[in-house]
Amino acid sequence: MTLPIFSASDDPGPSFIELLKRVSPTPPIVSASGHEPLQITHGTTVLGVRFADGVVMAGDRRATAGNLIAHTTMEKVFPADRYSGVAIAGAAGAAMEMVKLFQLQLEHYEKVEGQVLSLEGKANQLSAMVRGHLPAAMQGMAVVPIFAGYDLRRGEGRLFEYDVTGGRYEESEHVESGSGSLHAGTVVKLGYREGMSRDEAIDLLLHALYRAAEEDSATGGPDLMRGIFPTVATITAEGYQRIEDDELRTRVEAIISREVAR
Amino acid sequence: MSMPFYVAPEQVMKDRADYARKGIARGRSAAAVLYEDGILIAAENTSATLHKVSEIYDRIAFAGVGKYNEFDQLRIAGVRHADLKGYSFSREDVDARSLANAYAQMLGHIFTHEMKPMEVEILVAEIGTERDEDQIFHILYDGSVVDEDRFSAIGGDAEAIGDRLEDAFQPGMDLGTALRVTVAALAGPDRTLAAEDLEVAVLSRRNGRRAFRRIGTAEVAELLGAVAEPAPAEGEGTAEAPASDAGDGTAAAPSGDDPTT
Repeated sequence: MTLPIFSASDDPGPSFIELLKRVSPTPPIVSASGHEPLQITHGTTVLGVRFADGVVMAGDRRATAGNLIAHTTMEKVFPADRYSGVAIAGAAGAAMEMVKLFQLQLEHYEKVEGQVLSLEGKANQLSAMVRGHLPAAMQGMAVVPIFAGYDLRRGEGRLFEYDVTGGRYEESEHVESGSGSLHAGTVVKLGYREGMSRDEAIDLLLHALYRAAEEDSATGGPDLMRGIFPTVATITAEGYQRIEDDELRTRVEAIISREVAR
Repeated sequence: MSMPFYVAPEQVMKDRADYARKGIARGRSAAAVLYEDGILIAAENTSATLHKVSEIYDRIAFAGVGKYNEFDQLRIAGVRHADLKGYSFSREDVDARSLANAYAQMLGHIFTHEMKPMEVEILVAEIGTERDEDQIFHILYDGSVVDEDRFSAIGGDAEAIGDRLEDAFQPGMDLGTALRVTVAALAGPDRTLAAEDLEVAVLSRRNGRRAFRRIGTAEVAELLGAVAEPAPAEGEGTAEAPASDAGDGTAAAPSGDDPTT
């Protein structure tokens, strides 16, 4: 590999995606063709909610291909950088590629420019990536992420929702995406309070995913036997922190015992 | 059609080397030193925003001296090279040796084929998972690469700084000691460098995936002052003005009085 050097007029600047376009003639995101609808792997329910110190994100662990369960331990919530996270729903392969590119893009920008993008800038960057994916989405490989982060300049957590055309919507309370989002969203909506504590926010999301798994076959519930729990992460002034499985087990068991007692 | 005058290739190369060396000597130096948790890189730089030391990848850092726009161009090319490689293969496959070779190829090509050689000298440092896997590559304006395993100095005074480091270096120094040794070597016997005149960063095994961390002025001052309180040289003192750094390229104004002890 030789060093990628460009003339001043052709320089890709701090954008990794522009750099990829310069060095590889094919776009990184493939688009499907043909008439038979492919049975591709889909990731499902992810959600995020604001609480007193920032935001909490969560996602179930199931991936489906048609009526089959393709994976039971898929990760759908990822750190985008130190102070933000991205969660994905939709065609799994394309979605994971999008996350990988998004993480790289933020880090690449930071290294080339010597400073971190603003939270708003990161949200807009993701919006452009979703928009770029529209042709594939039209062929049934839609990817709809949610983005959440702690805005260091404002000192608060912020949530962003997207649609397949790259539309970016900032929400002040909660966001969700994926097949179980309708059910999970209702639970979060009913349980949301301004300025919740960390514990309340995590329990609310776990409860919402639990409910969604009951109603939506593509959403996986917690599996105490195999020790599979939703991915949950908080993003606060301390940065992105994934919640350990031990803590999740205690919380899930509490939810289930409440259900049994009812 | 007139024939160009014949110039011996030895003369051409010598002229180019002299030109590049002169450009590099105008700027101030930098040095990288191994310490217990990784590699410490310190550069004499009064600018807080135009960096000489930067992050390239998870475990790789870059330091450059000479003409700012030229080594910054190399830095960005290095970030792109590393990010592209990590994206196409895996993050583990990005290594300093391949990057150092790419830099050497490019600098060598420019040195022999272009009108003007690049007036830069660069370091590519990489930490491994264990202390004995740490590496420093020193790349010169003509593309020659030197692989160093304890410390390396670049810039006009590189030789003198290297000699001073040779005397003071000890394996497994803690961060504070390593910084004081490096700064003393950069300063030489006749001056003292204050925290504001320095740009310091580390590649540390304690930092997680991205090992690079800048050490701010306040922390540098604290580490420097940990043993010897710098005595304010009032009144007397040779007040040796720092050498003119007009060609430094970092647009760094000398910070006035260097307290000399």
